[in-house]
Amino acid sequence: MTRNIVTALQENQDRILDQWVNQRELSEDFGGNFNSFDDLKAQSSELLTAVLENMTAENITDLYASDLEPLIEYVSGLTLSRAKQGFSPRETATYIFSLKDALLKVLGELITEDPKELYRSTLEISKFIDNIGIVSFETFIRGREEVILGQADEMAELSTPVIKVWEGIIAMPIIGTLDSARTQVVMENLLQGIVETESSIAILDISGVPAVDSLVAQHLIKTVNAIRLLGADCVISGIRPEIAQTVVHLGIDLSKMVTKATLASALRYAYGILQLEVRKAGKEKSNL
Amino acid sequence: MERIPILKMGKFLLVTIQVDLYDRLALTLEEDLIQMVHKTGARGVLIDISALSIVDSFMGKIIGNIAAMSSILDAETVVVGMQPAVAITLIELGLPLSGVHTALNVERGMALLAARMPEETDSEDVDDD
Repeated sequence: MTRNIVTALQENQDRILDQWVNQRELSEDFGGNFNSFDDLKAQSSELLTAVLENMTAENITDLYASDLEPLIEYVSGLTLSRAKQGFSPRETATYIFSLKDALLKVLGELITEDPKELYRSTLEISKFIDNIGIVSFETFIRGREEVILGQADEMAELSTPVIKVWEGIIAMPIIGTLDSARTQVVMENLLQGIVETESSIAILDISGVPAVDSLVAQHLIKTVNAIRLLGADCVISGIRPEIAQTVVHLGIDLSKMVTKATLASALRYAYGILQLEVRKAGKEKSNL
Repeated sequence: MERIPILKMGKFLLVTIQVDLYDRLALTLEEDLIQMVHKTGARGVLIDISALSIVDSFMGKIIGNIAAMSSILDAETVVVGMQPAVAITLIELGLPLSGVHTALNVERGMALLAARMPEETDSEDVDDD
């Protein structure tokens, strides 16, 4: 694209803007999401200024040119703010691609004599706007991924509560797959809980763990050893029959750990160690 | 030179580590402690590491050594008050300190040692009969 066409487009910015905001699909799609037509026009004007100011005859074919940084930043910011306002990706993409129509229409009015030049310029502008659209998509997806990562962190936090079951007994139900990162959190929380409550028995309930492989078993063994170092005992409960089968088939040795089938039997074992007795109230009276 | 005090409490020895252990200090402690076990004929050694926040493989080895040496001299070793971070580090280093008894605090460590002593005297009595 020649330099004077870029200049001509820049000079005709107002015409392009009018052309753009008056497109039918734009006013239909965004009528509900924008407070007024003026808002739409103001935002479109900003984006158009950013596009035209940063577009030169050289960088129009090269999106990675360093002088396009401000434009890319502006588009990223715009996409993020639109995503927060509740626009769908389709709406944002339509918005950006509709700029192409406006630009091409004005371009067609500017170049009337030379069809070859018109064809070449059209191709280049088309590619340029497509690239802006891609940037917008990337930003949108990155924003979503950040949300997902944040939620994963929150889930890891939520799913490892330390419960004080009795004086000197704490329990931790593990729900979900045990991976290295989870084990670290589980171990830290459980050890901290033991120190804080001065408990001598910790029950690790794995009924919510979907599968136990050799890695998970390794993590469990580590946790049990760490608990022993603090001076407390650890009982692993909630071992389902399938898990017992897998463990034996994999040849994992859990014989050094105390394992119980249910939380109830783990609790009974803990009471036994603490020399506590649970019985029905008033039983002795009835015997008398 | 800095030394870690070793207190005698009845049949047991109590060591409270209040400073960061550097290697030479740890070696001195190991030597002093074994000398004391031998001299006093102590039946138990209580090492309180609640103030210790950093541990390395050398420290883990020293604690293991103390336990092994004490057990040769017929004294049991209890490590008490280990910080969660220290426990995790030792496990990650692959040092589960298997020969060592552990307890949450000094009080429980004492109770643990005391509980093990009469058992042994009982069994000796049975042997005598």
